[in-house]
Parts: sequence; C-alpha cells; structure tokens
Amino acid sequence: MGKFNKNGSKEVPELNTSSLPDLIFSILFFFMMVTSMREVTLKVEFDTPKGTEIEKLEKKSLVSYVYIGKPTKEFRAKMGLSSRIQLNDDFAEVGDIRDYIYMERENMPERDKPFMRVSMKIDQETQMGIVTDVKMALREAWALNVVYSGGKRQ
Amino acid sequence: MAKKKRKVPGLNGSSLADISFILLIFFLITTSMDTDTGLVRRLPPPPDPNQLDEDVKVKGRNVFVVSVNMNNEIMYYYGDESKRVSKTGVQPEDLREIAKEFIANPENKANMPEFHPADPPLPILGAYPVTKNHIISVQTDRSTSYEVYFQIQNELMAAYNELRDELAREKFGKYYRHLDPESDEALAIRGVYPMKISEAEPKKYGGN
Repeated sequence: MGKFNKNGSKEVPELNTSSLPDLIFSILFFFMMVTSMREVTLKVEFDTPKGTEIEKLEKKSLVSYVYIGKPTKEFRAKMGLSSRIQLNDDFAEVGDIRDYIYMERENMPERDKPFMRVSMKIDQETQMGIVTDVKMALREAWALNVVYSGGKRQ
Repeated sequence: MAKKKRKVPGLNGSSLADISFILLIFFLITTSMDTDTGLVRRLPPPPDPNQLDEDVKVKGRNVFVVSVNMNNEIMYYYGDESKRVSKTGVQPEDLREIAKEFIANPENKANMPEFHPADPPLPILGAYPVTKNHIISVQTDRSTSYEVYFQIQNELMAAYNELRDELAREKFGKYYRHLDPESDEALAIRGVYPMKISEAEPKKYGGN
C-alpha cells in the first residue's frame, strides 16, 4: 500500500535566488549592447511627412543624419524662425555639408563606405529651396544614397 | 596574541539583483529601438565639369514632367509637342495612375515611351521590351512645400512598386516586395521597370 510519510517536513523549500543577479546582468548586457544613446541634441523642430512607400533603414551605423526645420524655442531669439540645417550638434550652412559628409565617411570602416546613407529629416513645412541646396551639396560630396525620412501612413 | 581564527562573514549578495535592476532599467529607458524609416532614393552623380554642356537628348515622348509651382499647385505633361497631354490642378494621389500608364505604356501610344528589347538581356525574361529611355522629372519651385514634394515622390515610387508587383505576380506568381532583392527574379523585374525619377534643379516659375 502506498506509504504517506506524514512525519516529513511540510515546509516548501525556499527558492534559490542566487542566480537572479546573473540573469539580470545578462539582460543588462544585452541592452547595453543594443543601446545607441541619442548622439545629438536637436536644435530644430521637425515633423516628417507620412507616406505609403516607406522602407525601414537597417544598420544604423551606416546612416548619417541631416536635420532641417525651424529652430526650437530657445534658439528662436538668436536664429529666427526660418528653416535651418542642423548637422551633429550645431546649426550649419549648406556649405558645411560637404565637410560633414567627408568626416562621417572618414569614420566608417572601408568596406562600409559605399553603403553610406544620408537620412534627411525634414519638416513638412520646409520650402524646397533649402532642400534642393542640401541635395546638390550631397551630390557634390558623392553621398548619393539618400532617404527622405518619413513615417508610415495608414 | 589572539590567534583565534576569525570567520569572515559571507558577503550578502541579495542586493546585487536590485542594483543590476536599476542599471537595467536605465538602459531600457535610454535605448532607442526606433528605426528610421523613409523613402529610399538615389541621387544622380554630380555633373561632370569636363563634360561639354550638351543637353542630354531625350525624345519628347520619353519625358514625363511633374511640376509644382510656388503655390503648391501641381501640373504634369508628357509627349511630343504635337501630341502633348498636359493637365493642371492635379492632386498628388492622381499621379500614381497616370505615371503607371506612362511607364508601362500598355497601349503603345505614340506620346508615351517607346519600347526597346532589353540589352543586355534580362535574367529569366531575356530580351523583354522595356521602356528604358523614359524619365520622370519632378520640377519644383524654391517656395514649394516639402510636404507636397514628398507626396509626389511617394506616389511616383508607388507607381513603380505597383508595376513591379503586377509584373512579378504575372511572371513569378509572387509580389516583387517578397522577392529576395538580389535574386534573378528581382533583377529581371527591376530591369523591366528601372526607377527613373530625375532630380532636376528647381526652376523659377513666374515672378517672385
């Protein structure tokens, strides 16, 4: 017949949590690796247009950014309300784009250089004049793969 | 002397988990998983200064011009002078259908691009007739809004993507966007409908 040991301890053994820190650490390392801290502080405001033929950009390390939009509030007194270009952390002129692209390209590994992409984050209300100037500057710097950044429209 | 062996108390590691949690949460917050999205385009190389200033000869029937003025009004025209079709007051959404018709020229109209057998022959499809000389040109004014330009680019790309999808469905029974971009099928489809949207410098229309 079955024996039921009624004398044994009924206490549920405590869960061993000594490996919890290791677990958390491994998640932590994962996030540390995938994290790319926002490199620039935006000084221009932009609201990118929405389209249907949007593609996802893979490999962030290949992408350089050009921002065009109105200066944010704290810079309006100084820079006015008209659209400005931002490269890295600072306002820039069309003439600076060439050097910026060369610098970005310089920082890339040799085999990635042909795949360099420039993502243009441009506010919807920007006038085409400045956009065209930027595009011409990009062409002259041989940064021909461009992306008109925009969201997906439903 | 005190030779008593002292027992070193074990380090209490129970707070380690909390510390690493805090770090974890910090990285979770600062992580930007958002991927950039947008219309992927390729610009033409810069004009060669050594090149003679010779207008690239493109037959009138091969050119489709979309032009936007400073008030964001869109018009398009195509075809030779004698058979020109033009329309003003167009909405960006209307461009898709007309651009598709122009690129594919299904009825072989005289004011739409002519066909040439593909040269070199395309993989799988061979010497397929292709409207390879067609060009879609988008002309803007300096005061045109970027939003309108973006929508036009979007519609033109949609026209190409739809044509490619249709052809891929017909030939391979698959959507173009589901094909491997490096496969022979995709190369063939791209060969039939190469994306030719020119990025011309803006013109000034009318006074300022």
